[in-house]
Amino acid sequence: MSSLIRVHDPRGYPPKVSGKRLAPRLEALDGKILYLVDCLFDNSEVFMNQLRDWFEQHLPRVIVRTIKPHESWVDDPAMREIIVAEGDAAILGVGL
Amino acid sequence: MEADGIPTVSVHTHVFTRLVRSVARVNGLPTLRQAFVPQPVVGRSAGELRAYIEGDDAVEGGPFIKRLIDGLTDVLRQEDEAGMDFDRSTPRLLDPDTEDNLYQRFEENRWTDFLPIVLPTEARVEAMLKATSHAPDKVVGRLQPARFRELWEYTVEKVAVNAVMAGARPEYFPVILALAASCVTARSSSTTSQATIAMVNGPVRNEINMNSGIGAMGPYNHANATIGRAYGLLSQNLQGGSVPSESFMGSQGNVHSYSAVFAENEERSPWEPFHVQHGHKAEDSAVSLFMGGWYIQFGGGPRETWEEKFRRSLAACDPYSGPVLALDPLVARGFVDRGFDTKQKLIQWCVENSLLPAREYWDNQWVQTLLLPQAVAGIEPYASFLKAEPGTPLKMFRPEDISVVVVGGETGAMWKILSGTYLKTISVDEWR
Repeated sequence: MSSLIRVHDPRGYPPKVSGKRLAPRLEALDGKILYLVDCLFDNSEVFMNQLRDWFEQHLPRVIVRTIKPHESWVDDPAMREIIVAEGDAAILGVGL
Repeated sequence: MEADGIPTVSVHTHVFTRLVRSVARVNGLPTLRQAFVPQPVVGRSAGELRAYIEGDDAVEGGPFIKRLIDGLTDVLRQEDEAGMDFDRSTPRLLDPDTEDNLYQRFEENRWTDFLPIVLPTEARVEAMLKATSHAPDKVVGRLQPARFRELWEYTVEKVAVNAVMAGARPEYFPVILALAASCVTARSSSTTSQATIAMVNGPVRNEINMNSGIGAMGPYNHANATIGRAYGLLSQNLQGGSVPSESFMGSQGNVHSYSAVFAENEERSPWEPFHVQHGHKAEDSAVSLFMGGWYIQFGGGPRETWEEKFRRSLAACDPYSGPVLALDPLVARGFVDRGFDTKQKLIQWCVENSLLPAREYWDNQWVQTLLLPQAVAGIEPYASFLKAEPGTPLKMFRPEDISVVVVGGETGAMWKILSGTYLKTISVDEWR
């Protein structure tokens, strides 16, 4: 029978995951301000413009605004502040 | 934004399904609302993207637009309000097992690069730890495979474990610790398959018999090979993995990811060593990091037509990835003969002669994604570039984007231009 040996675990130490709750959902989108966040990935602007057009044509009572972070792949607190202060909901895309 | 009370839905392309679900889970939001369109979005026309919007969700099925609206308006379930707490702590030691079973376990868990490893027994790790004055439980840094992933932390001992696995000798350990302390991963999750290339300068090169001469960038030296491999293994294991579709999304992968560490040939270079250019003394030992590893141009000389060859080679580089001119000492001295008596003079020539028409420059995917927002924000030179006529030649690189290093054994006057944006230089001496 082969002898048993003991070795180290090669993995690092992950952060503890704390559960977070989702924000309360809206009863309906009518009359609400919906931000479309263009994440600046190549061609995401074209996608978001098409999404904005879809809402304007099919759900015109939804107030749609598009917004962009100041830089790709970096959190933009100023942009988030605007959405939180003025918006009711957000769709982010198209990113990873 | 969910934490600030804003209901959100994120839109992704279908190939990122496993990755984005994993990211949501490790952020404590496993039921985050996500919707999926087909890959790719890049290169698709407005009409094609409209068809995505009016079609079905590419992963869950059902109308894509309904998934967006439901994600913002459906009543929350109990699990949405609870989130998910969990502890993923990793043990210091694995349960005892046979050698064969342990090899299998390391491979099945993707803790290797699929080449044979050295099992990190307690005795081997202890021997590695003797090569540094730092305590085993000292925190070295934190790593992540991408900016949107969580950061994992690691100690001197955890770095030693991976150094052992790579087959490194204890005397290499300060260099490996310096690489770990950079907090730059060699296993980025980028879809571009970026690699991290490292170059060592200073006395440590000779102390541990690194190769800066014949074959320095190939598999011809124990220290070069195993330090580079250790950097890769520690990156993937200490950052929480590098698993395709989950924590690695590089479409093609990168051969530099196996091992890409070499030493500068300071003894045969006519110029200042690279680490001295970056604030260290010649007698210091340091390791410098370059992000990229995408393209390689090659040539000999400098010959009579070197300027034409260099202009073509530089124009073929990716404008988002700064070039590293890796020159054999014969090439470096050839440039000195032509009046380039400092690296900076050669860099300046490259800046003036790396030109790309504005139309091609702005059509580059990464320029669009990463530099266009800066141009729109008024940051120079990109703001002026954006105003240029399509045919106007633009300078692809700033002086700080270009690096010159000397490496090779003078068996031929050969040069390479490697993709490698300079990131930082880390002291090795601090980790002795």
